[in-house]
Amino acid sequence: MMVRIRFCKYGVLKFIGHLDTMRFFQKAIRRAGLDVVYSQGFSPHQIMSFASPLGVGITSDAEYLDVELHTCGEPEEMMAQLNAVMVEGIEVTGVKVLPEPLPNQRRETAMSLVAAADYLVSFKDGYDFAMDRETFEKAFAAFLASASIPVMKKSKKTEREMDIRPWIYAYAFPGAEAYPESHAERYENGIRVFLQLSAGSSVNIKPELVIEAFCESTGLEYNEFAWQIHRLEVYQDTALSGLTRMQIDECVRTQTLPERKLVGLIG
Amino acid sequence: MRKNALSDEILLTIDKPARYIGNEVNMVKKDPKSVDIRFCMCFPDVYEVGMSHLGIQILYDMFNQREDTYCERVYSPWTDLDKLLREKRLPLFALESQDPVKDFDFLGITLQYEMCYTNVLQILDLSGIPIFAAERTEEDPIVIGGGPCSYNPEPIADFFDCFYIGEGETVYDQVLDAYKENKRVGGSRKDYLDRIAEIEGIYVPSLYDVEYNEDGTIRSFTPNSPHAKPVIRKQVEMELSDTFYPKKPLVPYIKAIQDRVVLEIQRGCIRGCRFCQAGMLYRPIRERDVEYLKEVARTMLRSSGHEEISLSSLSSSDYSKLPELVYFLIEEFGKCGVNISLPSLRIDAFALDVMSKVQDVRKSSLTFAPEAGSQRLRNVINKGLTEENILKGAMDAFVGGWNKVKLYFMLGLPTETEEDIEGIAVLSDKIAREYYTIPKDQRNGKVAITTSTSFFVPKPFTPFQWVRMNTAEEFLSKQSILHRKLKEQLNYKSIRYNWHDAELTILEGIFARGDRRIAKVIYDAYKDGCLFDSWSEYFHYDRWMKAFEQNQIDIDFYIHRERSKDEILPWDFIDAGITKEFLWREYERAKAETVTPNCRKACAGCGARVFHGGVCYEPRKEEAADDGTNPVL
Repeated sequence: MMVRIRFCKYGVLKFIGHLDTMRFFQKAIRRAGLDVVYSQGFSPHQIMSFASPLGVGITSDAEYLDVELHTCGEPEEMMAQLNAVMVEGIEVTGVKVLPEPLPNQRRETAMSLVAAADYLVSFKDGYDFAMDRETFEKAFAAFLASASIPVMKKSKKTEREMDIRPWIYAYAFPGAEAYPESHAERYENGIRVFLQLSAGSSVNIKPELVIEAFCESTGLEYNEFAWQIHRLEVYQDTALSGLTRMQIDECVRTQTLPERKLVGLIG
Repeated sequence: MRKNALSDEILLTIDKPARYIGNEVNMVKKDPKSVDIRFCMCFPDVYEVGMSHLGIQILYDMFNQREDTYCERVYSPWTDLDKLLREKRLPLFALESQDPVKDFDFLGITLQYEMCYTNVLQILDLSGIPIFAAERTEEDPIVIGGGPCSYNPEPIADFFDCFYIGEGETVYDQVLDAYKENKRVGGSRKDYLDRIAEIEGIYVPSLYDVEYNEDGTIRSFTPNSPHAKPVIRKQVEMELSDTFYPKKPLVPYIKAIQDRVVLEIQRGCIRGCRFCQAGMLYRPIRERDVEYLKEVARTMLRSSGHEEISLSSLSSSDYSKLPELVYFLIEEFGKCGVNISLPSLRIDAFALDVMSKVQDVRKSSLTFAPEAGSQRLRNVINKGLTEENILKGAMDAFVGGWNKVKLYFMLGLPTETEEDIEGIAVLSDKIAREYYTIPKDQRNGKVAITTSTSFFVPKPFTPFQWVRMNTAEEFLSKQSILHRKLKEQLNYKSIRYNWHDAELTILEGIFARGDRRIAKVIYDAYKDGCLFDSWSEYFHYDRWMKAFEQNQIDIDFYIHRERSKDEILPWDFIDAGITKEFLWREYERAKAETVTPNCRKACAGCGARVFHGGVCYEPRKEEAADDGTNPVL
């Protein structure tokens, strides 16, 4: 059976990259004593996949990974077992046993489901910024008011221009009291913005890209170290359930995606 | 939430920030304010290397079991962070509390290989601790050295307040208790060093004076204080099944060199290879109880979550319960996805059976370490492996499906001739020929032989501690002779040759048998930018040679000179159990090409019986034949 685990990652753990986080969980699952499935052969490994790798330096309240078990206990029990072997900076916040796929269906991986993500982007204390909080919020709102935001999007091989405005689904300027449960780092200057962005294999918009475009549009110098990015949630779009990858890509191309119905990856 | 010593920006700029943030699984957390003693344990190499060392994990666990002590760790900052720390004038810090190393009571540095000496200076320098012990004040930590290189601590004696000679499990409690007591009575740094100089196994270099003869040899080595003992006795833990072992090993986030549970099954070695320092230093051999090891394996696998376990010892095939232990590990943990990483084993039916169970035969290789190419030279070095053993072992494995063989040899061994060197090529070829005697339809493709040579470095406390080491030119010429001879072999296309760097070996040789006059060279080379010398991309031989010249230190004196029997050697003040008489006797037997039987066959009277345990007191399997040795004690 497949089990989906949600965890948060914060504090010094933000310096641990994706592959090392995966290694951390492989060992943590062994420490927790879960009845995990190993591949056959001389170098057995766990059947594990992550929804959306988190970049080094980024913190998160909602990371997801799927792992295959032979047998399992109640979700609460597994969560307690896992949290007993975690470190400061990684905490399991949810466990769900996934329903078995129908006989002639393939199981959808967490990664293939990802459609959008929420971020909180904060300006760190200790860096110079030409705007105070109020000015920033006005300027940012004005930036997003434009009908199109063309940026150069770099991939491994190519660099191409794309309009990111349609993929910025929502934004807001949350007050200091917002997200009381979140592990997002908080800064005195109060400059921060909430962004809901398209994510996943079709169109993946990184919050850095939006901030960089904003800085460029206002003539500010973009300093990648000055912004702390925090992921609040990762969503699947149930409006796309049943569509194949090719059908989704076609909708993206023709801009005929159905109205979004975003749900967290463990509901 | 813990604070980092380094800013986010620095951590995001440098390579592998996980080296510097601590917080690993099983890291010990204590309130530094609630303890009496803060001990910072250092492995002077990069994090991934240092975290793989079992000794540090044992001491870390042992110190932290004391409620009054908080033991933390520090490793060598890699060159990228080294540069930033200097530029920004940031102090080096310990991983746990992220506090500056300078604030600690102790800085303990393990010395596992000679080529880490400039890294020791880097640690002191970046911590803001004076590099020379004589310049330290009451504000500085006590800098204590330990590990194999402390058996000749003289080249780095000026940088350390004291050395712990031997295995850490025995007198560290006394060293720490004495610190508390000295603090309680308001004693100074000097008072403390006087105090611990009286503890067995502790060497305080400043309490000894060295005088030299005109020819540069040592005239005298004498205590200058009533607290200092004329002889320092090495420390040995005799109860290895009832002592400290880390039940909850630290698990790094980034992949360490040893990303696995390490099970030390025994200490010491019965073989008595005459070039091997570890085989002499860690006598007598002491086994850990097999039931103890099974329990430790279970506990450590569970608490670490590692997916691999390896056995550690100098010669695992000599562990008396090896089959029982290995079959237990395979049966008990193999089904939970744990990989058993086998040590090098003597090839026999047992070895072939377990190897085929835990490795992919098509991918894995056999390893032999004949060390020398001819039987004559193998007798000189007392390596019991015969050509017949090797060929038979290889053939058994070939029949079992293996076709990859790794061979390890040394060049520059005492009495070596061109025939001995040629023997390496011939033996490599013979193994290939052996393979091709198998009918073609039963072979698993081509045979692949990898022959590697390193250069022999004479080490203290071995029968070869007196010998002349080869020059770099001699080493290189021998290497090219071998290269040529390999090309003349019938199966040369099946043989790959790997060689070592001669220049690094020269330095290792100087440090291994050097004296106090070498310290200034190390200091000058460090100041000239030498660091991470064991990493070939950072090794600057020219800078080292410049430092020797500037200090008018004659390299030939240290390595290219045969020492006489009555010369005072820099490490003579250490009593390692084995006697100088035994080592000399073994040297004579080497020259006579006479083999000395291993400890289980006959006692060679090395002197290790003074430790009252281990193999010295086991009933012997065969009665010793009269082979000319005089068992003493």
